[in-house]
Amino acid sequence: MNTERAAVTLCGVRKAFGSVTAVAGVDLEVYDGEFFAMLGPSGSGKTTVLRLIAGFERPTEGTVHLGGRDVTGLAPFERDANTVFQDYALFPHMNVLANVEYGLKVKKVPKAERRRRAREALATVRLDGYERRRPGQLSGGQRQRVALARALVNRPKVLLLDEPLGALDLKLREEMQVELKSIQRQVGITFLFVTHDQQEALTMSDRIAVFNAGRIEQVGTPAEVYERPASAFVAGFVGTSNLIAGAVAEKLLGRDGVYSVRPEKIRVLAGADLSADVSGEEHSATGTVADVVYAGAATRFVVDLDVGGRLVALQQNLWTSSMDVLELRHERVRLAWRREHEFPIDVAGGD
Amino acid sequence: MTTTPTARGTPVLSPAARVVLRLSLAAGLAVIYVPLLVVLANSFNADRAFGWPPTRLTGQWWAVTWDNEGVRTALWTSVKAGLGATAIALTLGTMAAFAVQRYRFFGRETVSLLVILPIALPGIVTGIALNNAFRTVLSPFGIQLGLFTVVVGHATFCIVIVYNNVLARLRRLGTSVEDASADLGADTFQTFRYVTFPLLRSALLAGGLLAFALSFDEIIVTTFTAGAGVQTLPIWIFNNLFRPNQAPVVNVVAAALIVFSVVPIYLAQRISGDARTI
Repeated sequence: MNTERAAVTLCGVRKAFGSVTAVAGVDLEVYDGEFFAMLGPSGSGKTTVLRLIAGFERPTEGTVHLGGRDVTGLAPFERDANTVFQDYALFPHMNVLANVEYGLKVKKVPKAERRRRAREALATVRLDGYERRRPGQLSGGQRQRVALARALVNRPKVLLLDEPLGALDLKLREEMQVELKSIQRQVGITFLFVTHDQQEALTMSDRIAVFNAGRIEQVGTPAEVYERPASAFVAGFVGTSNLIAGAVAEKLLGRDGVYSVRPEKIRVLAGADLSADVSGEEHSATGTVADVVYAGAATRFVVDLDVGGRLVALQQNLWTSSMDVLELRHERVRLAWRREHEFPIDVAGGD
Repeated sequence: MTTTPTARGTPVLSPAARVVLRLSLAAGLAVIYVPLLVVLANSFNADRAFGWPPTRLTGQWWAVTWDNEGVRTALWTSVKAGLGATAIALTLGTMAAFAVQRYRFFGRETVSLLVILPIALPGIVTGIALNNAFRTVLSPFGIQLGLFTVVVGHATFCIVIVYNNVLARLRRLGTSVEDASADLGADTFQTFRYVTFPLLRSALLAGGLLAFALSFDEIIVTTFTAGAGVQTLPIWIFNNLFRPNQAPVVNVVAAALIVFSVVPIYLAQRISGDARTI
């Protein structure tokens, strides 16, 4: 592996708690300056991997490198990585400034300098003027920013974020997504964050590792992971996906195997368009609409195919109103999609 | 009308029920506190036979008591015993709480029960057991019943108070702030000094004050563990209770003991109340 550019390198990392295996063999390389997401359902081992990198857990097997240095046996305070905890873990008996200064204070940075750097970090997260407040007097979003400033002020090699936006409401979460991204660009530190929210991972990251049952199923850019899922699990977990398999694949696509087609890539043809020819670059299938879900900007059609199986199609409400689309329930439709949007899925490698 | 408008969440009571309940509360508290107030008032009663109500008030008995050599020695002994027992309780109670709360080991639940048990054991049983143990086991090593054995005896139940206080605090704190401290580069000692200890401080103070108050007015275990020459304040009262000419002094000592016990308890409650807002 090219450990020169790597901020974090995991080699054959396994972690067992008694008889429970939380991490079942993970190899991972996170590059310098990357915004990297570890995505997976709860219990998939992603948080354990984060704690292994921070040093709160020691791997049962394998090694952890930070910036090319083997840190497998080192304590958290000997590692050049800082964590933003899910519950923020701010020190309740210190004010905001003391919280942010803490890392510099224990490293014996002179008072004038640490004060300057702490104020700088607080300015970065737009919390100037809150120095004297106690964590108990702050809102959830503000506590989150303090936790971020407290970690950033140490200028670590890697910043680890454990579900950083999990406790915030939707509106604030979307704001913080944008802000985290711009802070990362500004400071240039590698961000490695854990999330179970696929939308968050897709929006924010340069690359994503999808975790399942203690293993990594796929590592890739958001587009790669979304459009070319490497396994049935990834296809199902990242976005909604249609799987065409077995006899249905044989009949529709003329070949065996498992294929995934994203709902938004499928056109819904109804009424006069039902018998219209589809182009040679497309595959199509007829069926009956089982359900219509109107979601404002788009509508979700659940269609039972005549050849068996069920596909979900997502259509932007370009020309249609809610009345139009709801009338299609139980109607006959034809679904069409371009061949290049069918992606074969490696079933053997999946679950 | 059987109901009255009340604040949300409080049970609705009829006016009659409210009056009855208030009177019961007042009667219950009166049974406990009126006799104590009488003791306090009598310490200023000029009448040697404590005729009631006092016809004349005087500070004379307090002066007499202060000049009493026996009382002063006993007071000093009680303070030393209390401080000694509190120091042992703070050290061992805190360590036991950390062990039980932060580590998983064989027999953890049993250890927890064994630490708490002394507070439930009858003092007379603890006293007799310790008395036997000290005389048969420690006397061959030259340790006689005295202040040291009183301190050890008091520590057995003072530990429980500190243990319970610290345990509850540790449970509430969790480990994430300590993790955060280590993550930010603090070694184990720095984490204890800057994070764990400051967050425990009020629990330690409250536990220590309560432990001191418990030790200060303890009499049963003290009776069995103090040698012939050692008299704590409660023991002094007990020994002088039935000597008629000492009655005014006993009264003053009792009054002083009330004040001495109430102040630490009051402070301990204030401190643990404050801690909830951190």
